Amino acid sequence: MSKQIQQVETVTIRFVGDSGDGMQLTGTEFTRANALAGTDLATFPDYPAEIRAPAGSLAGVSGYQVNFGSREIHTPGDAPDVLVAMNPAALKTNLADLRQGGILIVNKGAFTEGNLEKAAYKTNPLDDETLKHTYKVVSVDMSMLTDHALQGSGLSSKETARCRNYFALGLMYWLYSRPMEQQLEQIAKKFGKKPQFVEANQKVFKAGYAFGETAEIGLARYEVPASKLAPGAYRTVTGNYAVALGFATMAKITGKQVFLGSYPITPATEILQEMAYFKEHGVVTFQAEDEIAGIGSAIGASFGGALACTTTSGPGLALKAEMMGLAVIAELPLVIVNVQRGGPSTGMPTKTEQSDLLVALFGRHGEAPLPVIAAQSPADCFWAAMEAMRCAVKWMTPVVLLTDGYLGNGSEPFKIPTAAELPKFEVKYQTTVNHDGQYMPYKRDAKLIRPWAVPGTPGLEHRIGGLEKDSMSGMVSYDGMNHERMVLTRAQKIANVVEDVPDVEVYGAASGDVLLVSWGGTFGSVRGAAEQLVQQGKSVGHVHLRWLNPLPKNLLEVMKRFKKVFVPEVNNGQLAFYLRGMFPGIDPLQYNRINGKPIKMAELAAKVLEVL
Amino acid sequence: MAENTSLPVYTKKDFESGVDPRWCPGCGDFSIINQVQKALPAAGKKREDIVFISGIGCSSRFPYYMNNYGMHTLHGRAPSFASGLKVSRPELMVWIVTGDGDALAIGGNHFIHAMRRNIDLKMLMFNNRIYGLTKGQTSPTSEIGKKTKSMPHGSPDAPFNPPALALGAGATFVARTIDVEGAHMGAVLKAAAEHKGSGFTEIYQNCPVFNDGAYTAITEKSVKVDALLRMEHGKPLLFGKDNKKGIRFNPQTAELEVVTLGEGGVTEKDVLVHDVKRDDPTIAFMMANLALKPGFPTPIGVFRAVSRPTAEDLTWQMIEAAKTKKGDVDVTKLLAGGDTWQIK
Repeated sequence: MSKQIQQVETVTIRFVGDSGDGMQLTGTEFTRANALAGTDLATFPDYPAEIRAPAGSLAGVSGYQVNFGSREIHTPGDAPDVLVAMNPAALKTNLADLRQGGILIVNKGAFTEGNLEKAAYKTNPLDDETLKHTYKVVSVDMSMLTDHALQGSGLSSKETARCRNYFALGLMYWLYSRPMEQQLEQIAKKFGKKPQFVEANQKVFKAGYAFGETAEIGLARYEVPASKLAPGAYRTVTGNYAVALGFATMAKITGKQVFLGSYPITPATEILQEMAYFKEHGVVTFQAEDEIAGIGSAIGASFGGALACTTTSGPGLALKAEMMGLAVIAELPLVIVNVQRGGPSTGMPTKTEQSDLLVALFGRHGEAPLPVIAAQSPADCFWAAMEAMRCAVKWMTPVVLLTDGYLGNGSEPFKIPTAAELPKFEVKYQTTVNHDGQYMPYKRDAKLIRPWAVPGTPGLEHRIGGLEKDSMSGMVSYDGMNHERMVLTRAQKIANVVEDVPDVEVYGAASGDVLLVSWGGTFGSVRGAAEQLVQQGKSVGHVHLRWLNPLPKNLLEVMKRFKKVFVPEVNNGQLAFYLRGMFPGIDPLQYNRINGKPIKMAELAAKVLEVL
Repeated sequence: MAENTSLPVYTKKDFESGVDPRWCPGCGDFSIINQVQKALPAAGKKREDIVFISGIGCSSRFPYYMNNYGMHTLHGRAPSFASGLKVSRPELMVWIVTGDGDALAIGGNHFIHAMRRNIDLKMLMFNNRIYGLTKGQTSPTSEIGKKTKSMPHGSPDAPFNPPALALGAGATFVARTIDVEGAHMGAVLKAAAEHKGSGFTEIYQNCPVFNDGAYTAITEKSVKVDALLRMEHGKPLLFGKDNKKGIRFNPQTAELEVVTLGEGGVTEKDVLVHDVKRDDPTIAFMMANLALKPGFPTPIGVFRAVSRPTAEDLTWQMIEAAKTKKGDVDVTKLLAGGDTWQIK
């Protein structure tokens, strides 16, 4: 047995098991170990829509993938180097992704006749010689070893079974040379109120580690050194948490109330849940009776002067459409966060997709333009949320912030900004009359922004609403010319937002054969593919769009510098369609993935090579 | 949220926006806005601290005619805007103006949730039992058999009884009044303004164009003395000529019944005393349903006005508690929460 420790640059590990097996916990705990060790990382939890599908069934498999490394990590990784499978169903649904020669760790004890049948295996795959020839198979009876470790603990067999994931975690700590102490402390903290579980989980965790140490399993140990991330303080964040943190930070920066009106929907729910914990920071949360009331309450709060936001996912965005139109015509600040998921309709709630771009841009009746921005990574959700809120308040408009399930649930290290690194932003309300001793709610400034006078301000009493507004007084107006003027003015105001949109920067070749153009959560995959191609000396550039409306000023000019524009998306071609409409003459090539999973870097790079 | 000590002395005129209401001649809405503008000077709030929020429909043009802050929003959704505003800014006095179609059809969900939460919202629902703005279709309060443009053979649908619905949803203040009963409406509006919590006031309102005479069976001078029962807190539920008739609770049938004083040994002591503060809503619910039974009068006035902590007060108590517990949290501490590590 080799006890030598090999250094590796990056590793991708996937934990898979039954949805009751604690795979999400195992994944996050191992992620934490690597974060504390200073590696860069990215994670991808993948779980079924059913809360508890039948135990052992193919539908009930829950997974958590983490990619960590000493160099910059863009994605949770294409193909896992290590697959930890807790039962036959988990093996069956995930084995195809494991890279050739990768490490397969299975809980042999769960490969019972019943479980094999549930996974539709006619014979036990662990007996199949080809498995051993293709992968480094470590077949461990974790069930039995956990039972042994907990003999005499007084725990029921059900409680004992629930500790099994800590065996797997212990084994991974051994395999990747992480210090046990921090995990033992973490278990003590997590189960502090129930000492018998602290002891049991610590025992099983140590047993897993010791198993690696002593058993002849034929594996080398690895070490992934710390990365060269920029110096500073870090924490890991999921995209959903980062959005909540971004909004709470806006409350701190401005000293104003942040109001979230929301209705739970997968995969956006965590934003509401996290923001409910930010009360002391000036955040007010309101769990509404439905999606419509979620945004309605936010618009009401915005009328009252709060920095208002609402959070949802695709189907919820559809329900909010009419209210978004009202916010457009009322010209009130509001951020609508859409954590996209597979659609249409209920679609695939727990799977990621980028298919709400067009509905975000155009999904309202009438002429109702609004700014649309998209976050590019879990940590970037923090900055994107602040940017969206700042834009909404500055320009007196609703703003759509697009993230997706992949960003919302995925995590990565977040470099904690110092107070000085945070943007400065002051919220100003109108407090005086603005026109001949009267208050004109639709009298605009040079940028076409109307003032924000809030209830409680004497002398500025006014009425707004969904009927067309007179261009000065805001009173109801059916005058056709006024309507035309207002439609054009609202459109011009949103077009003016471009002054806040930075020019796109090109990664790789500044001009040449192929320009990859991406937006939102595919940043990591596309940048990773671009890196591979650039390293191969190919004439490939990459621009990533944060702003979808308005589009950056220099985008057309940059696209024209390349022979081909290539748009990879996790949808059926929405950005490509949009670019064709916005820039006649530009006809992008497309790469579309709509299988509920992120784009794989290697696959994309291969596609680009085909067109080079 | 200290009460104002320097409230300007207002008159009705201070609450008129100067925009002429565009309601049909003879519309009950004129009398309602008149009473609201008369009631507001005594509401104890500065004009700028009062907000009117409406949905869609004839009634919902109301905010434009008031000289306060106002929002004319979307069909049925006024309670959602009002809820967000009131939770965000509890010091404001927030009124909702809506109609039977707006509140009970497209807005039914928001209506029941606004009532159950007990946010301090004062909802005035103008009930003319018809869709006015879309020109005469059946509404959720239209009677079974009513012939309308959308149901030319008569409505097969049972109507809502709005005060009963509000009580069922948990409203802490429920009242009913009538457009043609100016003084009565004024008193009910005063009570609505004083109540702190989810308040629902149904106002019977005539639509002279699409449902004229909807309430003449109870409002005509010749019939109203027997047809209307004016509820007053602490007083027996008496009605009819010389207040000779009363409402008695029959414990055998567990129902309310009409009795006549002096008949069968009935005295005023047998008559139910109206108690708006009764916590259990059962009797209020029976009163709200009274008019549905043949031979019973239609009660007007306050059915219920009970005091409960409001949702916005509870929300802000939680916020204050969190602030007290966590102390003055600066942005650095907010950002650095959870597990952190240093890279040098």
